[in-house]
Amino acid sequence: MKLTPQQYDAMIQKTVPATQSGRTIPAAFLVGGLICMLGQGLTDLYKLFLDQQQASTLASVTLVFLSALTTGLGLYPKLAKFAGAGTLVPITGFSNAVTSPALEFKSEGFVLGLGAKLFTLSGPVIVYGIVTSILYGVLYYFTGLGG
Amino acid sequence: MPIALGRSTFAMNRPPSILSSAAVGGKKEGEGPMAQWFDEIQNDTTFGEKTWEKAESRFQQRACELALKKAKMAPEQVKLLLAGDLLNQCISSSYGVKELLIPFFGLYGACSTMTEALALAGLLGDNRVIDPILAVTSSHFCSAERQFRYPLEYGGQRPPTAQWTATASGAALVGKSSKPPYLKAVTIGTIQDLGVHDINNMGAAMAPAAAATLLTFFQDTGTQPHQYDGIFTGDLGQVGTKLFYQLLAQQQVNVTSIHQDCGCLIFDQKTQDVHAGGSGCGCAASMGCGYLMRQLEMGKLHQVLFLATGALMSTVSCQQGCSIPCISHLVYLSTDPAPVFQGG
Repeated sequence: MKLTPQQYDAMIQKTVPATQSGRTIPAAFLVGGLICMLGQGLTDLYKLFLDQQQASTLASVTLVFLSALTTGLGLYPKLAKFAGAGTLVPITGFSNAVTSPALEFKSEGFVLGLGAKLFTLSGPVIVYGIVTSILYGVLYYFTGLGG
Repeated sequence: MPIALGRSTFAMNRPPSILSSAAVGGKKEGEGPMAQWFDEIQNDTTFGEKTWEKAESRFQQRACELALKKAKMAPEQVKLLLAGDLLNQCISSSYGVKELLIPFFGLYGACSTMTEALALAGLLGDNRVIDPILAVTSSHFCSAERQFRYPLEYGGQRPPTAQWTATASGAALVGKSSKPPYLKAVTIGTIQDLGVHDINNMGAAMAPAAAATLLTFFQDTGTQPHQYDGIFTGDLGQVGTKLFYQLLAQQQVNVTSIHQDCGCLIFDQKTQDVHAGGSGCGCAASMGCGYLMRQLEMGKLHQVLFLATGALMSTVSCQQGCSIPCISHLVYLSTDPAPVFQGG
């Protein structure tokens, strides 16, 4: 067979079935939106008893808890299969990314398994989240917007 | 001694037989269209074990036990065990077969391991000294996912080209007998790499390996596809199969009427949500040692080429941006003791 990687790649592109964006994008929008709506609902509810900042924090904590719980029950991955980015982007996706390795790697023990691998999926988000916030802080300071 | 036909095809001088074979599948495999061809379905995919790795070992152990039972043989009578799987250092095999105490060679050919083991069993079995030889491989969806992809409960979507690792094992006992099916020839594959990087498109990565090995076999034996009534590839899936046909068509070879792919057979494409099909060492192993061997035994197929395909990357090579090297080994199984090609 005399075929270059480029020629073969062209063949593959013609053959692979396309992602059904007509279904996946609305599903992501719908589920992602509903999760955010739930967050807003929780915030409004908590605001009846707490101030804005405390209410927002508690709403996030609740979403994280719900995601962790449904991950453990095996429901979150089923929803995620339908929703894609709709369940990945909100804070619930982050919670799932921490809970799922915790469940998976506990078979290797609490220290070397669960402890060491807890952040295998979410680690990059934390690292680059912090790096970005430092860069943003520096920019904020030097542009004088920080006062 | 086997007879060399070309550089990488060897015809058996005294073809050994497949004395017995057995396939064990998990729950999803038992719900699929091939359920009746498994000797045993384990609805508890943990096999009562605490880890997925141990569960996979039990699948492999069970396949060996069933194959031996069918041949009415004790492990002590087997001269050599050739086994492999997908996990690092082939632990499913080591732990799965350790209690059998059969002299052991561990193999790694990813999803091609079943035909790698059968090819070696044929080449070694031809001399009638190492006889019989047990060949076994396995894969488990859950142990493969955690090693190669994500934790099971991680909420992610698979692209349409992704394949589903089968939870299954297949074992075949190869040895001297006057009973068919006979293992008549093998073609040892060369590594093919056409630059596919996408770990979610293994079918595309492996198709060139299957095509190259099949074309080598035809060239070395001087035979044509119409002389065979079955060509079984391992785990190309829907996408890989289409590319396999296109690659063969470029060489004016058409096998569409006699070809089946183990990855397309094992699951129902419409109802089982497996995207492009099944994969894993256990897929070709269970289809080969279950469905395919039964077809040969029942006389529904007579001249069969079985070529499992393997993607030889690791998680490290993928993360370092390397393309996926692939391989396919072919075994020619026949119910007819007479040679179909000169020298065979």
